[in-house]
Amino acid sequence: MFKSKLFYIVMMIVLIVISGCSKTDESKDVSVKSSDNDSEKQEEIELTFYYPVQVGGPINKIIEEIASDFTEENPHIKINPVYTGDYDNTMIKTQTDIQGNNPPDLAVLLAIDLYTLMDMNAIIPMDDLMENDNDADEYVSDFIPAFLENSKADDKIWSIPFQRSTPVLYYNKEAFKEVGLDPENPPETWNDLIDYSEKLTVRNKDQVERWGVQIPSSTNPWIFKGFVLQSGGILDENGKDVYFHEESVEEALQLHLDLAHKHETMAKGVIDWATTPTDFIEGKAAMIYHTTGNLTNIKDNADFDFGVAYLPANKNYGAPTGGGNFYIFEGISEEKKEAAWEFIKFATSAERAAQWSIDTGYIATRESAYETEVMKEYLESFPQAEVAKNQLEYAGSEMSTHNNGEVTEILKSAFQSVLTGEQQPKEAMEKAQQEADKVLEPFRK
Amino acid sequence: MRRFYQKQSFRINFHAFLLLLPSLVFLLLFTFYPIGQTIFHSLFKSDLSTPEPLFVGLENFKRLSEDDTFWKVLMNNIWFAIGTIPTTIIIGLLMAVVVNKHIVGRSWIRTFLFYPAVIPAIAIANIWLYIYTPNFGLLNYVLNMVGIGSVDLLAHSNTVMFAMIVMVIWKEAGFFMIFFLAGLQNISEELYDAAKIDGSSRSTTFTRITIPLLMPTTLFVSILALTNAFKLVDHLVVMTQGGPNNASNLLLYYIYETVFKYWDMGYGATLTTILLLIMMIIASVQFLFMEKRIHYN
Repeated sequence: MFKSKLFYIVMMIVLIVISGCSKTDESKDVSVKSSDNDSEKQEEIELTFYYPVQVGGPINKIIEEIASDFTEENPHIKINPVYTGDYDNTMIKTQTDIQGNNPPDLAVLLAIDLYTLMDMNAIIPMDDLMENDNDADEYVSDFIPAFLENSKADDKIWSIPFQRSTPVLYYNKEAFKEVGLDPENPPETWNDLIDYSEKLTVRNKDQVERWGVQIPSSTNPWIFKGFVLQSGGILDENGKDVYFHEESVEEALQLHLDLAHKHETMAKGVIDWATTPTDFIEGKAAMIYHTTGNLTNIKDNADFDFGVAYLPANKNYGAPTGGGNFYIFEGISEEKKEAAWEFIKFATSAERAAQWSIDTGYIATRESAYETEVMKEYLESFPQAEVAKNQLEYAGSEMSTHNNGEVTEILKSAFQSVLTGEQQPKEAMEKAQQEADKVLEPFRK
Repeated sequence: MRRFYQKQSFRINFHAFLLLLPSLVFLLLFTFYPIGQTIFHSLFKSDLSTPEPLFVGLENFKRLSEDDTFWKVLMNNIWFAIGTIPTTIIIGLLMAVVVNKHIVGRSWIRTFLFYPAVIPAIAIANIWLYIYTPNFGLLNYVLNMVGIGSVDLLAHSNTVMFAMIVMVIWKEAGFFMIFFLAGLQNISEELYDAAKIDGSSRSTTFTRITIPLLMPTTLFVSILALTNAFKLVDHLVVMTQGGPNNASNLLLYYIYETVFKYWDMGYGATLTTILLLIMMIIASVQFLFMEKRIHYN
């Protein structure tokens, strides 16, 4: 008697488990079906939009606002913004959904993920949509050229710049005054940089109380590309070629080593990206290289007067761009693609771009954004924000290749092994070049 | 009679299997099926340059031997295991012995020793990132006070692993203490009384009674510690991203990088198969050989 009862209990558990599984499957089917229906009906279009949050500030609120404002103007299109973590997680979620044949309609992803997304056959070129749009050429040409560089491949435009940044030099004006430097004259060349950093470094016996300069090197070699550009190099080309063993790269490495070991005005080893702004705010570093994305943070937290300047030049000025672009995905209906294009144009309109820049610290991506009243007012009250925009004249693309994740990692490891003294610049970069060539070889056919 | 017996045993077996069925279903669905899939995928080349997976046999496994990073993270992982496992077990045991005694504020001390174990690894990594931060971090603050000077443990490839190991010991020791504490309280007081009457010294009592009777706990804890040494990579995401120059990188984080940064699914599956193999060897060695040397009371 007892045993048969037990038997039924077990069977019931099994049934519950099985029915539980099947139920989730059903609900999934329903949602897939309903989204199919939406696209068939045409009048009602619903778009899924993945976006990352990479900097502080009420990004979620602003994005939701853009989406609802857009629906107000275009009642037949509904945008569903989905917050998907940081850039890495957004990319992972997107990729997983592509493999499950359920891609998002549009997403903001790193500009440098272009080749990766192309190789996954995940995205469509914007040119397809621009053909049917009379204002498209005018619209695209309004973007600041440096920001468009990471959008182009195979003579097509694959993404639209949205939240973009570039590294700048932040310097402590009070520290400048203290050591007799002119606070309105930031370093302009590498020699100035070395000079100034020597004056700005404060020691108490053997202890360094304030470093002259701090260049982060922990996350990826983003800022490093700036030094290569300043030395007249290019680092990468067409997504298929990298130039790691060029003289410009060696010069850039040597500057890092000189600052740390010869002049001892920068900490030795690898410098953390995330704590660098804090070091600056705490007065532990007099000059730092960091993204414009931190402008608002530093402005709000530094209790001293600070300046923002171009990255010092070697042969010329130079800086990479960074940040995220809009992409539209393959495998969605034509109507959805068109709707996504309309939304992108809306979200990057001059006024939106200006407001977005003011709210977040990102650089407004379009020339016309700087003609708007809000932007003019903002720049008047906070002129530091304009430096980054002006520097863009000298800016180049961020390193972006096929297999970008692995190529970046190769460069990062080589760069760090030089900083920690494990390898000499020359051998490290020659090895990195070989490794990168191997990774890029399948794409050179 | 015999048939009846067979029938009985069949019924018992059948019922036993029925009772196991729910967990078996989940085990098959979420453990064995993915393992099979992983091994299957490890035979394919499937990365960004090959959109359609290409069968390559054992090519991916050959690639392992030439992959310097793989050997580096594997060695790192071994050092990480050697650095963390014995120390956490010994410290956990000692802490358990201390808080098992009737001392003042015993439950407070237990709580403080245990609390690192309940904090998520990500939070711990953030705390220790602050401790290790050069210039204004806690460690450097203390070092500056005693006049040793500033160090940046995370910035150099020869110190970063040490810094990680210390952090993990801090996190894990309290967790293991709880198991040892439970084990200690299971040992009968009579044994200690008998030892006392026989005039056994404290160290003899400890090595001849406490340690042997704690062996089941020690086995359990050492398996946990070993698997944790291969599982625990959360801190890398926060603190070093495996750097500088892969000096703090571990096998599981390298798998994550291979799959979700390089999008090399085939090779990622190969690395996962290797990790699986290592774990299986460890588990079988522990269960098959150590089992024999354990006294259950």
